[in-house]
Amino acid sequence: MVEYILETRGITKHFPGVLANDNVEIKIRQGEIHSIIGENGAGKTTLMNIIYGLIRPDRGEIFYKGKKVEISNPSVAIRLGIGMVHQHFMLVPPFTVWENIVLGKEITRRGVLDKASICSELRRLMDSYGLSVPLEEKVEDLSVGIRQKVELIKLLYRGAELLILDEPTALLVPQEIEELFEILENLKKQGKTIIFISHKLKEVLRISDRITVMRRGKVVGEVEGRTADEETLARLMIGKTLESPQLEAYERGEEVLRLEGVRLLPRLKNINLTLYKGEILGLAGIEGNGQKELLEIITGLLTPESGKVFYKNREVQHLDPRSLREIGIGFIPEDRQTTGLILDFTVAENIILGRHYKEPYSIRGKLNLPVIKKTAVDIVKEYDIRTSTVDKYVRFLSGGNQQKVILGRELYSEPELLIASQPTRGLDVGATEMIHNLLLSARKKGMAILLYSSDLDEIMTLSDRIAVIYNGEIVGILSPKEIDEATLGLYMTGARKD
Amino acid sequence: MIRRILINILAPFLAVLLAFSVGAIVMYILGENPFYVYKILLVNSITNINGWGYVLFNATPLIFSGLAVALAFKGGLFNIGVEGQLYIGAFACAWFGITFDVHPIIGIPMGLLFAMVFGGLWGVIAGYLKARFGAHEVIITIMLNFIAIALTNYLVNNPFKEPGQINPIPQTKELFSGSVIPRVYPLFNKLGIDLSSSVPLNYTFFIAIIFCIIVWYFLERTRWGYEIKAVGLNPKASRYGGINPSHIVILVMFLSGALGGLAGVNDVMGYRYRFLDGFSRGTGFTGIAVALLGKNSPIGIVFASILFGILDRGALAMDVFTNTPRELIRVIQAIIIIFVAIGNEFIFRLLQRLERESE
Repeated sequence: MVEYILETRGITKHFPGVLANDNVEIKIRQGEIHSIIGENGAGKTTLMNIIYGLIRPDRGEIFYKGKKVEISNPSVAIRLGIGMVHQHFMLVPPFTVWENIVLGKEITRRGVLDKASICSELRRLMDSYGLSVPLEEKVEDLSVGIRQKVELIKLLYRGAELLILDEPTALLVPQEIEELFEILENLKKQGKTIIFISHKLKEVLRISDRITVMRRGKVVGEVEGRTADEETLARLMIGKTLESPQLEAYERGEEVLRLEGVRLLPRLKNINLTLYKGEILGLAGIEGNGQKELLEIITGLLTPESGKVFYKNREVQHLDPRSLREIGIGFIPEDRQTTGLILDFTVAENIILGRHYKEPYSIRGKLNLPVIKKTAVDIVKEYDIRTSTVDKYVRFLSGGNQQKVILGRELYSEPELLIASQPTRGLDVGATEMIHNLLLSARKKGMAILLYSSDLDEIMTLSDRIAVIYNGEIVGILSPKEIDEATLGLYMTGARKD
Repeated sequence: MIRRILINILAPFLAVLLAFSVGAIVMYILGENPFYVYKILLVNSITNINGWGYVLFNATPLIFSGLAVALAFKGGLFNIGVEGQLYIGAFACAWFGITFDVHPIIGIPMGLLFAMVFGGLWGVIAGYLKARFGAHEVIITIMLNFIAIALTNYLVNNPFKEPGQINPIPQTKELFSGSVIPRVYPLFNKLGIDLSSSVPLNYTFFIAIIFCIIVWYFLERTRWGYEIKAVGLNPKASRYGGINPSHIVILVMFLSGALGGLAGVNDVMGYRYRFLDGFSRGTGFTGIAVALLGKNSPIGIVFASILFGILDRGALAMDVFTNTPRELIRVIQAIIIIFVAIGNEFIFRLLQRLERESE
């Protein structure tokens, strides 16, 4: 008989309008790495939040080590030995690593933190799991990969037996992912059980002993990691076969954008880059290497200290976003909710943002409501935005539809240059595919697209060329056909440079 | 959509009802019969035409100050400085009125314009400091209140003090008749409405209503209103959308200050015909409550102002005819605000749920 460390029976959870978990049964064996995969909205995170006590289910039971348990809040889960690393880290950036780790479980002597015994305890812990982090450094100075290790040590310090990792690889480069997997294997050897949440099939296949697939709140399959393959999993996950987009060959057109020696310290040292008509130039880089600043310079939010930006041979580095739009540049900002959209504006109001002051949307300062509405209705139809009316607040749209509002807004005016930053982040497979197709058809029409994404798969499949940014400089212009992700990772970490 | 409007009306209404209930409990503890007190309060304010006259007179400056707060709020700014802008605006129109002896056709619009421009400039100080240096508008506007009150106090005590004045509270001399906004009773009497000549209600009330319409139109139908709301809701997305939030901050503080300045007109041009030192006693601050209760919508602000006008008028009667202190009215006003604040949050969540369920 197999021993299960965790078992759920009949877990059901409704949210208004959605059945997030529908009679979910999962069985996690002691000492295994068990992946739970599914698209966004499949109910993985809801299920994990239920197990961790952040959400109460409407129905269903949880058994931990064979005993029925009521996990009413996270502290119950922690006491049982369940720990979770969230997608967004729960660390206090200005605190040091050791302060973060002990937060909530401080060892004190006469009311004062006993740093000496804490740190020796932590060192012992790190040695036994082969994990090491700089205890004295502030978390804000550390890379994402190291922060993740801090989270892991935090769990181990609290005595976690079962570790839940929610999309742990989302922000990591290939080398860091490899390192994480080694750590996980190591933890497994020491008898820990790991639940690994992801939608990246390659990784799941690489690491898992067993895999549970969820779709629309239900468990639709459970397979052994050794026997599974990517195609079967994909079919289970989305209910149809995946087609990866194919780039059609293109003739390099005329130059659209050129950056010469662009510099903005401390992040940008010297950027030289050229973008041509009809191509997608992928920008790859680890967060914090200057890509954010670079994109903000091109979109007019920042002005470089020195260097020049040419758009169709015209110097534009001093223009503001409005003037840049006027001359034919469109932007898809990185964060659709905080910079892309005004959530408490309607779909129609969001669709005119950026052109609201011009005819036909405004005539001598007066908004032209019928034209605005008609344009919005057209865009909603053309881009298949699912909303009951254009007067609905975009807050109430799904992530994919929100992103389509932005794309519709930017593409409708047919810019010659599109700056797209993380256009598919957080979207499910279906919505991602739709966005990819939109970008590809824009490319086909001759638009020049600068695409920044932290999803390397996306960069590899969509780009004609890839520019890698490291430490404020472009360290390589690569052709996706000639390299693999590992090579790309070497450039991104600065290990290689042209 | 209709449901949203209904809920928006329901929430303040419930808040008012609850506040009155709490007020009743307080009265009961004080040994008064709440029903009797409320009857007195209402009988003397809204059951007769003169009572209404006073109510609308009280409501007039509140409409302006409520609009001032609401407009700033739409642009994401908290204008606590309406009281100061009101004094500056009041003094500016008084100065025009005592200096220029002109025909009313010129005098009244110019008086209004002076109140607006100077109130607006006073507001812009905070707007500029915020746009240029990131100084928080709440701190700046609070401080500007003290300065405005002290400044007008100085002016009315020294260069502009009425010669030979015996009134213990300093005041300017009387405005020339060309800057006086007339009372409404002659017109009402001609129309057969029996409004007493002692009722101070004047045409400023109608000017206030016109400004409600102007503000609504400006916010909902012009590109500048669109930009103000965009910046108020999300300055980052607005920057991407080619709107310069710094410009909007300055614009909003000018307009809000201009409306705040107009809040001083009722007393100066429509009632006393002079600037009286310290006349306002918190009208600018009550505007915050009015805007909150009226949910920052012009029509809501009119109703909220009228409600506060009723309470102010009723308080006087309460004081005369019952043992309940008129300060209780202040307590009820405060309780209304608290319930509205709670209600807003509650309603917002309810609304979100309803919207999701109707997906």
